[in-house]
Amino acid sequence: MAQKLDLLKESPSQTAGPYVHIGCTPNFSGISGVYPEDLGSALVNDKTKGERITVRGQVFDGTGTPLKDALIEIWQADATGLYPSRNETRGKADPNFTGWGRSPGDMETGEFVFETVKPGRVPFADGRAQAPHITFWVVARGINVGLHTRMYFEDEADANAEDPLLARIEHQVRVPTLIAQKTGTGEYRFDIRLQGEGETIFFDI
Amino acid sequence: MSGEDTARAGSFFQRDRLWHPPAYTRDYKTSVARSPRLALISAANTLSEMTGPVFGHDMLGPADDDLLTNFAKPGEMAIGQRIIVYGRVLDETGRGVPDCLIEVWQANAGGRYRHGKETYDAPLDPNFGGCGRMITGPDGSYRFRTVKPGPYPWPNRVNDWRPAHIHFSLFGHAFAQRLITQMYFEGDPLIALCPIVNTIPSSEAVDTLVAALDMANTQPMDARAYKFDIVLRGRRATRFENRGEGS
Repeated sequence: MAQKLDLLKESPSQTAGPYVHIGCTPNFSGISGVYPEDLGSALVNDKTKGERITVRGQVFDGTGTPLKDALIEIWQADATGLYPSRNETRGKADPNFTGWGRSPGDMETGEFVFETVKPGRVPFADGRAQAPHITFWVVARGINVGLHTRMYFEDEADANAEDPLLARIEHQVRVPTLIAQKTGTGEYRFDIRLQGEGETIFFDI
Repeated sequence: MSGEDTARAGSFFQRDRLWHPPAYTRDYKTSVARSPRLALISAANTLSEMTGPVFGHDMLGPADDDLLTNFAKPGEMAIGQRIIVYGRVLDETGRGVPDCLIEVWQANAGGRYRHGKETYDAPLDPNFGGCGRMITGPDGSYRFRTVKPGPYPWPNRVNDWRPAHIHFSLFGHAFAQRLITQMYFEGDPLIALCPIVNTIPSSEAVDTLVAALDMANTQPMDARAYKFDIVLRGRRATRFENRGEGS
């Protein structure tokens, strides 16, 4: 017998269930008066620096049906590539940018919308620059462990081509599932497919 | 940043996917069409995963941690068994995680959620909203007051009932630690029958989600206490971490 490591096990995940919006976006659920506003509803304000963008999309199940009970969160760097986080040691991020957004999706269509800024480039573990990207986290009824993925930008082809994470994906045919389409000036669309044809790449990070 | 944070600023311990539920769990039917079929792509942590949003204690309202009153009319309270749920948020090294945002949501004492898509006939409680939130203290501790939620039937197999449970959403200090889970109550016979509980592969792991009745922290003649500790991913020390060339 060797010595014990005395490490704890992470609490096992359980599905967010059909009522995640009660806890995370109660005002959206019609439970008003408990919190003044739903957390994560605004990433930017009038003073936020950078190029304003709008990201829209839906989450589809394996039958092609859009989810209407998901909760989608994003986390991203500011326009200069700094995270507004206590673990950011490279500098101070834009104080008018939260970096974190949360959307319950539209009640009828499930479409999520984020008004944000285009993120700057952030270094990979070895110091190389990653292409601009937004981290997505999707939870819902039927999702047992929250799914992490990333959104990259169609109009950043050069940066995408040298992105260290994208480069090491074995099935390059799947990389387009991570790239948002540009649908207008400052407008992007990023659909997430949980299963089946065009299944989005999800990461174990 | 404190010295301890600097020492523990490395990448996160790998998530143990054999301890967590798999994505595809046949007996929890909704997972069948919502589970990726292809393997997750393993990726080393970058700053994008090792950072996370910051929530200040000043964002909390005075009754955010009191589900008995935070939706109730003035002078009234939610109906049900009064309980205090308390514990600590720890990481896998056993350290308390301070400044962690916890959001909770639950059914009322009759097992009914306040939600437009809820179909169960049990009555709404006009004084119960069902959500609460808190931010952990310097040692990772938290506490809230609520009613014990009722079990309820749900459409899965013909006659499935959820055990009494409270949903927990947790932010650690990094997006890699983001976690949603559920707390169950000691002694509930429905735990063993639940297809959602049983998405978790081992009974040892299930046991870590069952809060213990704690008479020592019960408020006599007022509210019983349940203790529930939650563990988030731990992280490596940076001192000998291989960062590769040019960094």
